[in-house]
Amino acid sequence: MDSRRVIDGLSTVLLWAAGFFIMGLLVFFLAYILGQGLPVLSLEFILSPSKEFEAGGGVGPQLFNTFYILFLSLLFSVPVGVGAGVYLAEYARPSRLTNLIRLSTECLATVPSIVIGLFGLIILVNIMGLGFTILGGAAALALLNLPVLVRVTEESLRAVPQTYREASLALGATRWQTVRRAVLPPALLGLVTGLTLVSGRAIGEAAVLIYTAGVSVSRHFPDLNPFVAGETLSVHLWYVRAEGLRPDADEIAAGTAALLILVVLAFNLLIGVPARIYQRRLLGKH
Amino acid sequence: MSLPGRLSNKKEYALDRFFGYVFVVSAVLVSLVIFSIIVFVAKQGLQTFGDIGFLEFHLGTDWDPPYRFGALPFILGSLGVTFLAVVLGAPLGLAGAIFMAKIAPPRVRELMRPATDLFVGIPSVVYGWVGLTILVPFVAERTGGFGFGLLVAGVLLAVMILPTVISISEDALRAVPRRLEMASYALGATRWQTIFRVLIPAALPGLVTAVILGMARAIGETMAVAMLIGNVPQIAKSLLEPTSTLTAEIILNMGQTPFGSTWNNALFYMALTLLLVSMFLIILIRFVVQRRTYDG
Repeated sequence: MDSRRVIDGLSTVLLWAAGFFIMGLLVFFLAYILGQGLPVLSLEFILSPSKEFEAGGGVGPQLFNTFYILFLSLLFSVPVGVGAGVYLAEYARPSRLTNLIRLSTECLATVPSIVIGLFGLIILVNIMGLGFTILGGAAALALLNLPVLVRVTEESLRAVPQTYREASLALGATRWQTVRRAVLPPALLGLVTGLTLVSGRAIGEAAVLIYTAGVSVSRHFPDLNPFVAGETLSVHLWYVRAEGLRPDADEIAAGTAALLILVVLAFNLLIGVPARIYQRRLLGKH
Repeated sequence: MSLPGRLSNKKEYALDRFFGYVFVVSAVLVSLVIFSIIVFVAKQGLQTFGDIGFLEFHLGTDWDPPYRFGALPFILGSLGVTFLAVVLGAPLGLAGAIFMAKIAPPRVRELMRPATDLFVGIPSVVYGWVGLTILVPFVAERTGGFGFGLLVAGVLLAVMILPTVISISEDALRAVPRRLEMASYALGATRWQTIFRVLIPAALPGLVTAVILGMARAIGETMAVAMLIGNVPQIAKSLLEPTSTLTAEIILNMGQTPFGSTWNNALFYMALTLLLVSMFLIILIRFVVQRRTYDG
């Protein structure tokens, strides 16, 4: 047996080991988070308001704020992000402007989230004087979503075969009609899958929200007023440990961590599965 | 469905023009966002140097606001955790990507794809919490210290950059034309020789991009690092000594310092530094990707 066969065999073993180690890490993380947190999770914990100085508080308002801020941030970022993605995929010709837009999208995607949070703090809190608000948190979070939405939109539109466009244009359709009737429908699956990616990231985000949406919740629950402070689950997980006022901070943290993971998983199932069904129906039509 | 777009249909042409503008405006808006972030953060951050010297800030080791503003410990802390994260995370991530792209049977690959997505789904505060409840006590017990420091933060960051490194380098490896691989096997090369001498060199720009993006993620990571680094403004003499980073310092002190004070401005300047570093990394990637080593 020559030495290059030995090295080849060894590399195969090591690469399998790397694959298994990575999967093992994930299993360990999920098992630990759910193992610690699930015993804490009860309907009462999930739905009841938090308490300031005593044990036994829940995370109801934080859970509500998480979804409320996510919803508002998507409301702000989806039209602009998808619009910019459509521009890059369907309209843009190689030019300085296109290049600049691409570069800014890439830069925005790598800007650390804390920097976006501070930008929100300057504009919304210090210049506009809004204070910490749900609306401000959502606006800052929208900036974080924006580059991902642009990229996902562009990629899913580019995956649509060029013949679809040519056929539509040959029928005399305008560009907008082509985009809306021929390109967007088959690209929708990719868009929706991208949306779950964006949402998952937005649900877990804390650095953007601490100095825009704040670390406190409204006295009323549920409170739809977007001009009050709105702590989310992720921020809560950080803050209960940082302030150390609640005697059961450890349990709250464990429960919140498990709830966050469950929410992210549920999001993937709730949006990912219908997206796949839609795709199947679409393929059946053709 | 009626035939779209008759020549006489003025409304359709108006709509077409309208949506053309909508898309351009959205795209320009994205550019405007990043420019305003740079302008506003820079405007606030650069006021720092009205009160303290540029060199004092970057090279001073004494951080005792509002008297002394030596930010070197944070700069070194940020570089330290990033270095550790890349040294530990990049080789593992690259190995995982090679495994997924070339070695794993299809069924294992189908399982690993969504699994790496799940890594991304774990929020960074949750990573921080896991580190705080497992890693810190574990290290503290073995070493007799408190456990906080570069080591725990770096190890956890290595896990956090894994999905970035894996997904981008796997794409790069898959994009290598099959004929290059075939040619290598036809010459009698083993699988490892093919991977090491053909695949990796051909995919190198993509692999470098993957590692640089992992680096960008590590240096900007805030919550997990702030929970694990120890938050002591000193230069760490070992991996086990508590220290701090730019991101941790910002998140912990932004709320306690009045807007416009030197201390507050210094925090904005730290954010500006992070912003410029991440943009530098993006430009570096553009430079790397332009040099393709094979003709596709």
